[in-house]
Amino acid sequence: MSSSFPLLSVVTFLPLVGVLILLFLRGGDEAAWARRIALTTSLVTFVVSLGILCVFDPAVAGFQLMERFAWIPSFHIEYIKGVDGISVWFVLLATFLTPICILSGSVVTKRVKEFMIAFLVLETMMVGMFTALDMVLFYLFFEGVLIPMFLIVGVWGGAGRIYAAYKFFLYTFLGSVLMLVAIFAMVIHAGTTDMTAMMGGVFPDKMAMWLWLAFFASFAVKMPMWPFHTWLPYAHVEAPTAGSVILAGVLLKMGGYGMIRIAIQMLPDASAFFAPMVFALSVIAIIYTSLVALAQTDMKRLIAYSSVAHMGYVTLGIFSGNTQGMEGAVLVMISHGFVASALFLCIGVVYDRMHSREIARYGGMATNMPHYALVFMVFMLASVGLPGTSGFVGEFLSMQGVFLVSSWTAFLAATGVVLGAAYMLWLYRRIFYGPLDKDDVRAMPDLNAREYAMFVPLILMVLWLGIHPATFRDVFASSVHKITSDYQAQTTRGGEAP
Amino acid sequence: MNVENIYATFPELFLASCALMLLLFGVKRGNDATLFTGLIAVVVCLAAGVLLIKLPSFVEPGQAQLGVSALCHGCKAFGGMFINDAFAQFVKVLLLLASAIAIMLSWGYMERHGLERPEYPALILFATLGMMLMVSANDLLALYMGLELQSLALYVLASFRRDHVRSSEAGLKYFVLGSLSSGMLLYGISLLYGYTGSTGFEALAHVLAGEPPIGVVLGLVFVCAAMAFKVSAVPFHMWTPDVYEGAPTPVTAFFAAGPKLAALALFVRVLLQPLAGLEHQWVQVVVFMAVASMLLGSFAGLAQSNIKRLMAYSSIANVGYALVGMAVANEAGVQALLVYLSIYLVNTLGVFGVILCLRREGVMAEKIADLAGLSKSHPLLAVAMGIFMFSLAGVPPLAGFFGKYFVFLAAVQAGMLPLAIIGVLTSCVAAYYYLRIIKVMYFDDATEAAVDPVPEFSLRIVTGGAALLMLLFVFMPTPVIDSALAAAHSLMPQG
Repeated sequence: MSSSFPLLSVVTFLPLVGVLILLFLRGGDEAAWARRIALTTSLVTFVVSLGILCVFDPAVAGFQLMERFAWIPSFHIEYIKGVDGISVWFVLLATFLTPICILSGSVVTKRVKEFMIAFLVLETMMVGMFTALDMVLFYLFFEGVLIPMFLIVGVWGGAGRIYAAYKFFLYTFLGSVLMLVAIFAMVIHAGTTDMTAMMGGVFPDKMAMWLWLAFFASFAVKMPMWPFHTWLPYAHVEAPTAGSVILAGVLLKMGGYGMIRIAIQMLPDASAFFAPMVFALSVIAIIYTSLVALAQTDMKRLIAYSSVAHMGYVTLGIFSGNTQGMEGAVLVMISHGFVASALFLCIGVVYDRMHSREIARYGGMATNMPHYALVFMVFMLASVGLPGTSGFVGEFLSMQGVFLVSSWTAFLAATGVVLGAAYMLWLYRRIFYGPLDKDDVRAMPDLNAREYAMFVPLILMVLWLGIHPATFRDVFASSVHKITSDYQAQTTRGGEAP
Repeated sequence: MNVENIYATFPELFLASCALMLLLFGVKRGNDATLFTGLIAVVVCLAAGVLLIKLPSFVEPGQAQLGVSALCHGCKAFGGMFINDAFAQFVKVLLLLASAIAIMLSWGYMERHGLERPEYPALILFATLGMMLMVSANDLLALYMGLELQSLALYVLASFRRDHVRSSEAGLKYFVLGSLSSGMLLYGISLLYGYTGSTGFEALAHVLAGEPPIGVVLGLVFVCAAMAFKVSAVPFHMWTPDVYEGAPTPVTAFFAAGPKLAALALFVRVLLQPLAGLEHQWVQVVVFMAVASMLLGSFAGLAQSNIKRLMAYSSIANVGYALVGMAVANEAGVQALLVYLSIYLVNTLGVFGVILCLRREGVMAEKIADLAGLSKSHPLLAVAMGIFMFSLAGVPPLAGFFGKYFVFLAAVQAGMLPLAIIGVLTSCVAAYYYLRIIKVMYFDDATEAAVDPVPEFSLRIVTGGAALLMLLFVFMPTPVIDSALAAAHSLMPQG
């Protein structure tokens, strides 16, 4: 698969072409054209990114489609890109969700052109981050996400947007700068910024502990893990629908992806050492945030807390260190990328009509919006983890992985499934059943064509992943297997050495 | 010998004679010729920059014929008092660029405020000359002369708007405190001379290689204090906010760029060449000043409502980051410092370009709140300002990130991990006030436009060019980084 065509760079920077066109857009019908150009760009990017899946060889465990050239030679900083079976899915998730976000952004009427530019820049940053194999490049894209996201929350957000934007930015910035210091230490120790050269426990034990903590600070905030999750409800609630979708769908996955790539692959011993702590935090996250979600009166806030709970399964799976757990974690992330995005879109549908996210403002909508109720139900059940939907496979596997390591942790985490069912079903009952006694709710029309266009692909993906997860698993299986076997080899060696 | 002197100092001689002629011309023609003298001054700066870069290469072929061997980089002149190495060249090119931009920034402002005097560009040229001599000084006395030439011009520039109370106050404050620091510098120099019997940098370095007597340490402290005043490092920063706020905005822009860079470069040279033997003594001082500047600049900036004052605190914090590179005291540190300063210079000139566009009914609007709604009325200006602010906050992929990256990398590499951690944490604090400007521009609804309809052409060129440089640095970082490496290399004792 040594094609000389720089496919990954093309996918990364293709959205910027759209940005350039948008920059020179002038005229009366600017908003409509901005939407069209942005949608076209993101769709083209998606189609091109499917090419990655075509040329990607699932049988090979290492990085593929490598691109490499000197960027800042005097500091040995290189431009290195490459994907393995895991990052392929995240790239596709990003390119798949961006057109949907742009479609849902049609309701935005304020500064449409800038909105579209922000999303296309964001897409570049996301794809760039998932394909970067150089530490500086990785950090560049990881942090670069903050600029468009800060503006998306701050300019197009709700009433409390300014507080939310600040909190989002400063919280993640603080986490990231600690990671930057860790990157310095790693780069100096390894003498290179090439991430592949840092994999496999090249760092001495004591240093690895500190490095792990610094990276964990950044990824745990991004993910977010309890107790670093407090920015998320604000950001989700205040962000415009498209912002929440991309935040839940892709940005949260950056933390999980980083944990696999850096914590597990580069710092295996420290990961094994800290795994019990991660288990504890994850279990607390699952149970505590599920309980908090039960108490929410705001729909978006409820889904935001449920995201924190779902990310708990991801960290459990990753740090279980075995193949089942890791596969489960990746599947939970992919599934959550579809489901949480879809749920935020669902909330967006009624928010656009009623301009309220209060659960109490709704009720009985199954009567007048049957299609919407059906769509919502699919995603609600997927979020609960019903077999046959995408949510089930990942949660099952990650809990199985944890069970092999710590049965108590798995037991406690399983209670989260029950709680998850409770808050989601209760949310569904409050919105869709009961008397349809509010006039404005009764007056709402059902889904329109644009909304179908957003939901149908997502429903298909959710069912596909639920019914035939092997399609997804086959691509990353050998990569995951390599990562976990390396990890286990490293950690058992480390255990025997002293 | 004479020919050598002229070649080595040719750009400076060119600048000096042009400045004198410009002054004569300006006096003869009066205030009408201001724009013209300004234009000439810009051309002179750029020409001097070209001379600086090109001169060694076109002299070289004739080298053998002339019988002089030291015409290349790193040559010394005037009995070793003047040195024109790669370090000096790098800094001088930046200085000339900053001066040219500062003159360009002043045109509209001076016209509106009735300050069209031909002395203005001439004074900037004299200040630039002083700065170039500072950077090239290889002797304590040459250093002092350069510094005074610069300072005297700057005192006048600070109070250039002499019918304005704040401007006069700024000039007076700067003058009084500046003379104090000059006094300290002289006292320190006299101590160093008294104990070593020399003022030349090589001789000093030679004498000070061993364990220093206490008088030398005292002299070192005085010299450091005076330098800290010039670069406005904590605890000698008090003048900065007042002078930044009071001085006419184009002058503030100049202050924030040129003199700061020159003083930092001078500081680096003095510490790393003549005083290299005293590293153990001065590193503590520099580390303290770096930490204190980063902390104070970041936290005190949070409470500011005037954008010029905010930029003053921002500059204090940025000097702190630059001092981190100095504290590292090796080639990597100096390289990082030079990269950092080059980026900061362009960044800060761009910010002042935007500030100069802010004007309500002909009066400069200096409150941060005056930026409200800028993204609606002047989207391009707002985008430029946004780029500058994110860059100052150190968010990748903008240039400011790379400045911080190299500085802190050098610090970690030299085992100064706490310094790097304090640095990144304070940059988080400072990010808050940079974000506030973006918030005001983009998130707040405009009450009324505080910006004149069409900014002058020169302002648009400067802000647009600076913003593009900050944005595109990521694609072409090597020229700056490599020439900074060469500059840093030339500064280090060749072993």
